[in-house]
Amino acid sequence: MPVLKGKELRIVGFLCNWCSYGGADTAGVGRFNQPTDLRIIRVPCSGRIDPLFIMKTLLNGADGVLVSGCHPRDCHYAEGNFYARRRLEVLHRFLPILGIEPGRFEYTWVSASEGQRWQQVVTRFTEQIHKLGPAPKIAGPAASETLRQMEAAL
Amino acid sequence: MKIGVFVCHCGSNIEGTVDTAAVAAAAREFPGVAFATDTMYTCSEPGQEEIVNAIKEHQLDGVVVASCTPRMHEQTFRRTVERAGLNRYLFEMANIREHVSWIGKDREANTNKATELVRMAASKLLHNRPLLSKQFDINKRVLIIGGGVAGIQAALDCAEGGLEVILVEKTTTIGGKMAKLDKTFPTVDCSCCILGPRMVDVAQHPNITLYAYSEIEEVSGYVGNFEVKVKKKATYVDWDKCTGCGICMTKCPSKKATDFFNEGIGKTTAINIPFPQAIPKKAKIDANFCMKLQKGKCGICAKVCPSGCIDFTQQDEFVTEKVGAIVAATGFDLFDWTVYGEYGGGRYPDVITSLQYERMLSASGPTGGHIKRPSDGKEPKNVVFIQCVGSRDKSVGRPYCTGFCCMYTAKQAILTKDHLPEAQTYVFYMDIRATGKNYDEFTRRAMEEYNAKYIRGRVSMIYPKGDSLLVRGADTLMGTQVEVDADLVVLAVGADSSAGAAGLAEKLRISYDSYGFYMEGHPKLKPVETNTAGVYLAGCCQGPKDIPSSVAQGSAAASKVLGLFSKDKLASDPQVSVVDIKRCIGCGKCIKTCPFGAIKEIDFRGMKKAEVIETVCQGCGICTSTCPQGAAQLQHFTDNQILSEVNALCQF
Repeated sequence: MPVLKGKELRIVGFLCNWCSYGGADTAGVGRFNQPTDLRIIRVPCSGRIDPLFIMKTLLNGADGVLVSGCHPRDCHYAEGNFYARRRLEVLHRFLPILGIEPGRFEYTWVSASEGQRWQQVVTRFTEQIHKLGPAPKIAGPAASETLRQMEAAL
Repeated sequence: MKIGVFVCHCGSNIEGTVDTAAVAAAAREFPGVAFATDTMYTCSEPGQEEIVNAIKEHQLDGVVVASCTPRMHEQTFRRTVERAGLNRYLFEMANIREHVSWIGKDREANTNKATELVRMAASKLLHNRPLLSKQFDINKRVLIIGGGVAGIQAALDCAEGGLEVILVEKTTTIGGKMAKLDKTFPTVDCSCCILGPRMVDVAQHPNITLYAYSEIEEVSGYVGNFEVKVKKKATYVDWDKCTGCGICMTKCPSKKATDFFNEGIGKTTAINIPFPQAIPKKAKIDANFCMKLQKGKCGICAKVCPSGCIDFTQQDEFVTEKVGAIVAATGFDLFDWTVYGEYGGGRYPDVITSLQYERMLSASGPTGGHIKRPSDGKEPKNVVFIQCVGSRDKSVGRPYCTGFCCMYTAKQAILTKDHLPEAQTYVFYMDIRATGKNYDEFTRRAMEEYNAKYIRGRVSMIYPKGDSLLVRGADTLMGTQVEVDADLVVLAVGADSSAGAAGLAEKLRISYDSYGFYMEGHPKLKPVETNTAGVYLAGCCQGPKDIPSSVAQGSAAASKVLGLFSKDKLASDPQVSVVDIKRCIGCGKCIKTCPFGAIKEIDFRGMKKAEVIETVCQGCGICTSTCPQGAAQLQHFTDNQILSEVNALCQF
């Protein structure tokens, strides 16, 4: 599906079910206005997020990826977000090596009660991505080869 | 796969800012979608009937409902598709209310976003597989953490229902904050006369095991089969022998120990029993003040104890209990009011908290029920109450209303007049929140019959003037400044989450809000459940509330536990990890990372392999992202399912 030209960019969120997805719900229930760019993928725990999901999303043409989980020490699965934090931090530092601006990916912690915080996180991240503009697309003959290698890696 | 898509209007909640008909029309073009429509209220009976009929009529084998959050109605619709003969996991939800229609008014963008969310759900659904749950045994014992009035109520209700109850209390006696109160509003009946018999019931009930002066050390397991390690802290008294006679207290030479039960009004002995009605009525030595433990000299209590129960070498002891459900009823603590510099920040002895005042009013308190100024022991003539100390005050980070301070201040104003008929009371208030049954009548009585002078406004400063205090504040109704000469100032201090609440939540794996109060499963529909199956809440640990509400929650939590245990077996959640034995290389990384010990090593034709213990797996998926081979796959959230959502969104 194409993004709304001139209005939106492609921003994908990976949210843990227990805290941040709940926080996004709380923001909705509270009618906290947010930009419409973000599309949320629900996962049980931020520890479920394979860094390759984020890579795949970025290489597939997303302009930004936002990951959010429970605050450290408040994980529904005791320690899932600790694993997430390590993996995501490594990924974050690795992005420039792959030629991706690190600003296109961010991870944060939002609890189910923090509707307002979620609104701020989304608004700020969306603004940040709009400032960076659309991500450069992989095109031409290299694209299919890159894609094939990516598929193989995943 | 033949997918049916149902786009909900939710009255005007969604339809107001999303063109649901257009979403349905667009959905018809998605791969696998055989049927799409928009409905007024999908969760209503006719709405669900429509789904059932469509499944039958169009031979659908998968359903997408685009409506509210799955945290609200996923279970509802899973049952619906099950009624029509589909497996309940051949169902997906697109959240187009909380994540779309409620957070923006741009109809074009919203419709586009809703369409994409439906597309994501439909493409995930293409990879869904039918999942079946397993039955597992449960341990019909319940652990209740906290022996305040909510915990007592939950314990007694569960015990009466025939369950074995383990009650763990942090202090040496149950009773909680209510045991410290002199009287309760709005009836002004004696707090201890109501609570006392309930406490005795706890002690005598054959189904209740009480661990006082104990804390939760470790929690493992899952609903139906928790394993809890309880730390019984050293009391230096053998409670099996202690009869509670109190002779040790009369002889103890260390008389300057902090009196926690009396909120620091007065001092107590190093070995003590907090109050006459304590349950269990056993002595404990405060190691910080005991001369024997500090300096190695004394031991008088051991000499005088008729039952020989003093044991200076006692160590913390650990016991492990197996339970099927847990109720957290850990209550609250008072806000640390000393951050208010304008009220003296703790420098003036005659500025006290409401709970200290309550101890003073109590006949079993340190002053024997006489109101005396802490500074000189004189009876006060003018008593000033200041409400909303640590409540409704953003400047100290407590914007919420504690809810019961208006009422207890009115009660204390009435009691002041009962104790000292000559005294005059003043109450500085912001608003009077008296919303319970007979509550407003009660505050009016304080004003009209007991002549409490209510002044609407905040206090800006308290400072000493001679041997009294000058309270300066605003009267916002008169628009003037007021100054009151006060002999005693009582601060209606608000409720804070209990110290250590966050630490316990982390052990129980439940969420808490930014103030440390525990999060309920749903603010309206699951007020005593948490998001962790088998863990329930009662009382002030969930948020400040008065005694009737705490008791109601205690009973509610007990009824939830009894309901859970009414079955002999529970159905496991089939959204668990499964290891593909052909891909598994036996590296054992999943075994190391699993927080629940749910993966074990097996021997498969002489090769090391991993296997998931289905009833133990909680479905976090950490193993799935750890597995280098993609052999461990969390069902319902497999790599393919998540990537299909990514692909639905991003295709260059």
